[in-house]
Amino acid sequence: VTRAITSHDLDAVPEVTRLATGERGGIPGVQSEADAPPSPRELRDDQVDGPELTARLAKTWGTEKGLIGALSTVDHKVIGRRYIITAIIFLFLGGLSAVVMRMQLALPENNLVGPDLYNQLFTMHGTTMMFLFGVPIGEAFAVYLVPLMVGTRNIAFPRLNAFSYYVYLFGGFMIWAAFMLNIGPDVGWFAYVPLSGPEFSPGKRADIWAQMITFTEVSGIAVAISVVVTVFKLRAPGMTLDRIPLFVWAELINSFVIIFALPAVVTASAFLLMDRLVGTHLFNPAEGGDALLYQHLFWFFGHPEVYIIFLPATGWVSAIIVTFSRRQAFGYIALVLSLIATGFLSFGLWVHHMFTTGLPQLGASFFTASSMLIAIPNGIQIFCWIATLWDGRPVFRTPLLFVIGFFFIFVAGGLSGIMLASVPLDSQVHDTFFVVAHFHYVLIGGNVFPLIGAIYYWFPKFTGRMMSERLGKWHFWLAIIGFNVAFFPMHITGLMGMPRRVYTYLPEMGWGNLNLISTLGAVLFFGSFLLFLYNMVTSARRGSLAGSNPWDAGTLEWASASPPTPQNFDRIPVVTNREPLWANRDSLPVVAGLSVENREQIVSTVTAGRADLRETTPESSLWPFLAAVAITILFIGSMFTPWALVWGTPPLALALIGWFWPKASTEDER
Amino acid sequence: MTEVSVRSRSKENLLPHRIVLNARSMPAYAYGNRSPIWWGTVGFAAAEGMGFALAIGAYFYLVFINGNWPLSAPPPDLFWSGIFTIVMLASAWPNTLAKRNGEREDLTRSRRDLVIMSIVGIVLLGIRIMEFSALHVRWDQNAYGSIVWVLLGLHTLHLLTDLGDTIVLTVLMFTRHGYGKRFSDVGDNAFYWYFVIASWLPIYLIIYWFPRWW
Repeated sequence: VTRAITSHDLDAVPEVTRLATGERGGIPGVQSEADAPPSPRELRDDQVDGPELTARLAKTWGTEKGLIGALSTVDHKVIGRRYIITAIIFLFLGGLSAVVMRMQLALPENNLVGPDLYNQLFTMHGTTMMFLFGVPIGEAFAVYLVPLMVGTRNIAFPRLNAFSYYVYLFGGFMIWAAFMLNIGPDVGWFAYVPLSGPEFSPGKRADIWAQMITFTEVSGIAVAISVVVTVFKLRAPGMTLDRIPLFVWAELINSFVIIFALPAVVTASAFLLMDRLVGTHLFNPAEGGDALLYQHLFWFFGHPEVYIIFLPATGWVSAIIVTFSRRQAFGYIALVLSLIATGFLSFGLWVHHMFTTGLPQLGASFFTASSMLIAIPNGIQIFCWIATLWDGRPVFRTPLLFVIGFFFIFVAGGLSGIMLASVPLDSQVHDTFFVVAHFHYVLIGGNVFPLIGAIYYWFPKFTGRMMSERLGKWHFWLAIIGFNVAFFPMHITGLMGMPRRVYTYLPEMGWGNLNLISTLGAVLFFGSFLLFLYNMVTSARRGSLAGSNPWDAGTLEWASASPPTPQNFDRIPVVTNREPLWANRDSLPVVAGLSVENREQIVSTVTAGRADLRETTPESSLWPFLAAVAITILFIGSMFTPWALVWGTPPLALALIGWFWPKASTEDER
Repeated sequence: MTEVSVRSRSKENLLPHRIVLNARSMPAYAYGNRSPIWWGTVGFAAAEGMGFALAIGAYFYLVFINGNWPLSAPPPDLFWSGIFTIVMLASAWPNTLAKRNGEREDLTRSRRDLVIMSIVGIVLLGIRIMEFSALHVRWDQNAYGSIVWVLLGLHTLHLLTDLGDTIVLTVLMFTRHGYGKRFSDVGDNAFYWYFVIASWLPIYLIIYWFPRWW
């Protein structure tokens, strides 16, 4: 039912001409199939309402039961949930490997693990945290939340999205299976040549590391492109650029950084594989190659990687702060521009990881300056968040507590980062525990604390139930105390000269007490995660029911049911404000006229967000899973013989053809 | 309170709808940058273009490190690569036709254009094989050989994927699926081919001409 709209109301729905383009699909002068009127036999959502509409749409968009159904699903929420759970499992595995290392380092000349296993442990810890947790967790949240927050029904390219999940899963499984079989990589998470090259690392360990990179990066780029296109083209009508939620902006910029950064690490790892397997000499100085070329390629990815981990966290922080401050974000434009600036600047810093490799002085000065420069947009963001809290009426629930924890830890890590940006200091503490302390403050502060806040915040949306607030507060204090007890002493052990990546040390060095304190802190910190796990598992089963909008938040994901129905929204919302649910408290303006029987969604214009097309989106399909299996066989086979590229291609090609071949039954084919 | 009653209450707090716009008369697909697939193609072209840029960067890094270039091998022959480049550039014309006839939803002509583009791709692949044999250096001879094979191999990979895509689309257009939104796919396939052409030109200059100028 259309209600009269007052024109002087700021949040009123604009006239239809400003919400829809009204353009034809075909090019001028051409009778196009695109403009054919929809079949009158097909039920549309302006003909049916209420529970019947909900039920019919749920059937159209739902996931089939059974194993085949589960492997065929392209629902972004199902895939996103799997992504989040898988990434959190890898977080725990990475955490466990860290706890074992801390146990070994607790006492001087300890014999818990030997040097070979220790090498594998720190490699697995870094690799898992960076590639199997850090990059995927941000994308996982994007897969689940971005379509909901921009008010659409599925991610763009949902089959590509499903494919990317399986590729990620298989890649992560491969490297951990290799570790269990004692052929885990042992060359550090960045696998520098010549150590990882054919001469110094015979066997398969380094190949497994390099091929895992291929898996995760294929998957990472695919998701990033899906997210970019979802944000560009699938926004609800009326969601202009300046109404996009800050979380979505963060994920959008993050996706761009991923698209331009990950090719560098793929190039590095592919070159490494070729040097190891087919005898190229790209990194071999004896034949005109160069070992530092590897470091340049790796860190051209590796520094943006830090921001790939951090940018989604800024999105979580913005979402949580706005909701719990009870006001719109202070400095929305400044926050968005800071995100964009961070994205660009992140590509200009990579050489500061290479200060001790003997660079020209000018290069070192340039990268010192650019490393300090990136503190500016990040500082702007922090001040905007503080201003939002200052001017709002903050409600200190668990998600906000973790955001406050983020402020303290991340800013401390940022300060030691500014110290490390200066070449003389960096040369002194390079490869010591000071650096370990610095980047754990940045990464755990900058990603893990906001992540935990984000899980407490969106858990009701994911499961329909609240997490325990009491356990949440315990969790917070245990985590912040455990973290600081574990990592603060490392600044001092580092300044005292303790190098990274040593499996033990002598008692005379005097590092014993500080290491013991760090280990106790690490155990405490890990304990906080066990409490977190317990809280998640029990709350998912017995937590109090949440309702659609338990925090009274303003963004569109809270307009869907908790957990969301397969179609997300019974009708696509129309957006008139940056916080649509705060602007429309009694009813939601919506678009009608989409199919109830086929998967249709609105395609809109990139900047103005005007509705343009009603396009169908792909149905469930098993082919993406089969393609992921085929590509896994190809990737793993090619570590053993280059011929795998030949015999591995036909099955992959077959799976891809099956994937793209239209099904006769869809309405699209009539 | 029973779970069911709480559920129904939580259902109730979903906002009622107020219809302000109807999508019935909107088109079902469109061409170029109005279509999500076009943006997806741009995204992949950006990621792959970044891969090309990094490989080219690695090439010049090695030139800079070594000083003399090419390393203990004569520069590669110009004959096959010249023919490849001419055919590649000439293919832009049938490619433009394919895009235009696709947008006009002209099935007969689209089929013809796609067959031509498939043949062009196969011919190019044949020339590419001859090109590899005229490089005068193996990938495992030295770093120069390695990076030349990497650049040419990377471009061949794109040639192969686009050729595969074109052949599948050609077959598709000869079946009953060849109508409607598929015409938009013809346009996006043509768009990707432009990327394959555009990425070839710098690589051609770097592999074949740069060693002669250095």
